[in-house]
Amino acid sequence: MNIQTAITMTTAETALVDAYTTQLGDLPGDGAVLSARDALLNALKTEGLPTRRIESWHYTDLRALLRSVPAFDSTAFAEGVDPLVEDSTVLRIINGKASVSGVPDGIHVRRYGDSLVDGVAAADLVERGSDDAIGRINGAFVRDGFEIEIPEDTELARPLELQLVQSAGQSHSRLPVTFGANSKAVVIERHLSTNDAPSLVSIVSDLIVDDGADITWIILQQQGASDNHLGQINFDLGADAKLKLFVINAGGKLVRQEVHGVTTGEDSDFQMRGINLLGGDSHTDVTFTLGHDVPNTTSIEVIRNVLFDRAKGVFQGQIRVAPDAQKTDARMACNTLLLSDDADFSAKPELEIFADDVQCGHGATVIDLNPTHLYYLQARGIPEGKARGMLVNAFVDEIVEELEDEALIEHLETIIAAWLDKHA
Amino acid sequence: MLEIKNLHARIAEDGTEIIRGLNLTVKAGEVAAIMGPNGSGKSTLSYILSGREDYEVTEGDILYNGESILELDPSERAAKGIFLAFQYPVEIPGVATMQFLKVALNEQRKYRGEEELTTPDFIRRVKEASARLQINPDMLKRPLNVGFSGGEKKRAEILQMALLEPSLCILDETDSGLDIDALKIVADGVNALRSPDRAVIVITHYQRLLEYIVPDTVHVLYKGQVIRSGDKSLALDLEANGYADIIGTAA
Repeated sequence: MNIQTAITMTTAETALVDAYTTQLGDLPGDGAVLSARDALLNALKTEGLPTRRIESWHYTDLRALLRSVPAFDSTAFAEGVDPLVEDSTVLRIINGKASVSGVPDGIHVRRYGDSLVDGVAAADLVERGSDDAIGRINGAFVRDGFEIEIPEDTELARPLELQLVQSAGQSHSRLPVTFGANSKAVVIERHLSTNDAPSLVSIVSDLIVDDGADITWIILQQQGASDNHLGQINFDLGADAKLKLFVINAGGKLVRQEVHGVTTGEDSDFQMRGINLLGGDSHTDVTFTLGHDVPNTTSIEVIRNVLFDRAKGVFQGQIRVAPDAQKTDARMACNTLLLSDDADFSAKPELEIFADDVQCGHGATVIDLNPTHLYYLQARGIPEGKARGMLVNAFVDEIVEELEDEALIEHLETIIAAWLDKHA
Repeated sequence: MLEIKNLHARIAEDGTEIIRGLNLTVKAGEVAAIMGPNGSGKSTLSYILSGREDYEVTEGDILYNGESILELDPSERAAKGIFLAFQYPVEIPGVATMQFLKVALNEQRKYRGEEELTTPDFIRRVKEASARLQINPDMLKRPLNVGFSGGEKKRAEILQMALLEPSLCILDETDSGLDIDALKIVADGVNALRSPDRAVIVITHYQRLLEYIVPDTVHVLYKGQVIRSGDKSLALDLEANGYADIIGTAA
């Protein structure tokens, strides 16, 4: 730890501390929840937002980057939109307020606000570590969300879309989700903004993936150009369980998406695919840690980044292999297409291997479009600009096409194409 | 249709001169074969005609329908009707073959001020052309050329040519890597395109392809120049006697 004198609070820090004081009477929770909130807020107050001196925030100096936070706005109005994939089950959180309706039989859903009120949630409101700024902010201010349980042996026939729409102000939500043994589901965590007003959204999802479950979770972040997004997804993978996590960032001004997982059951498999479409003056950080804690588990992470304008991007990926986690097979790749001289991407892969019979690898590349590919397309009459667009699309579509649901692939490719059209 | 006058060209990166004063005229309706030993500049010539940036023209001119094309980029040349069937078609992961075909067709039509094709019309054309070339429809569902065998790639090139209906077709060693059945299919595809207002340049090492695509003229390329031109009997001579005699005479 750094030894510091009492910090002078920044505008954003002051705003957060003040907001806590004014919001306090209104935040749901029993005594236990309240003291958990207090503890998190106090930690935030004493230590401030993390700076580049905190290792895990080295490339995203939150204290410097979060210049201001919008005030809570209880009058903000927004409406939900149609789900990404037709016939999905949709659960909406609009400006931080969750509503439970239209939940099919077989899924148990409870508003997280209720779990705060009766104090069940108090145990959740702890920080992951002293660098857990997202956990602190979210835990201090969390108001709602969903507690979801997919019972064992249940297969969801349709995707479950968790739709978070924010028009202005702040919202802090939580999604504790348990996937029972041998359950199967596709979940889309979708973040949208309805206008240009700045907002601060924090979201913490805690996933328990029980033995034999097969889960696809897609985080689709499409917030506005002046929005701050702090996301964290934590997961625990049981024996024979499979989790495929897609992280797609196509919006926001300051974005940090953390992914923290552990494999606690043998023969489990984790797959992460990331697409970062970055433009304007945005700053987007995907920070990933995975603990292979038991033998015979596998993981592959592939991150594809496309940068325009003055965008900055960060990928930190840390894979830890515990001493007895023999036969771990873990691979990580981060490929970046820099399409502007003023854009900037930092990749920091880390392997911490304490077992001796494992396969681990990582690679990071920064590339330009392949000139031979470009020439080939042009030689068929496709003008250079259009040909470039097709190749950029191809670079990220390759990732999307790993999904199984054709409708989902098509909708994601449409979103990607629209984003690229707007920025290229 | 095509007039190449005293063309000199070099590799842009290191300045190596490959084409050294090449003259060649190909008329509408003509099938011209270009033969020559390895390293004579055959593939380079095809790249230069298509407008690849890796080569610089230092002297001379290329006239297509009477106009110089040196200032046109590859997509403009393609839209004006110049098509190069590549010796090594490029695999492009992530670009769907059907999407590529549709964009290429419509971009060329747009350039020429024609209406874009409707989707049903487009699909009908692709189905007809791919059936003629015995192309498995599953191939068209894959990303462009990805996982295609050598023969499938060559057939896909001819499919593109059939759909784009160019006026000047350049086939760069289209016979390489083809077995005899595939060679016949590809040759039939090319022959189907022969017409009085279309010219074909066939670049090849071997007489074999020319048994199926019978040329009107044969030109021998050596050290970046055409050193001998003749009719189809020249190709037979070369097959029987090799290049040594002709090269000896030229030197």
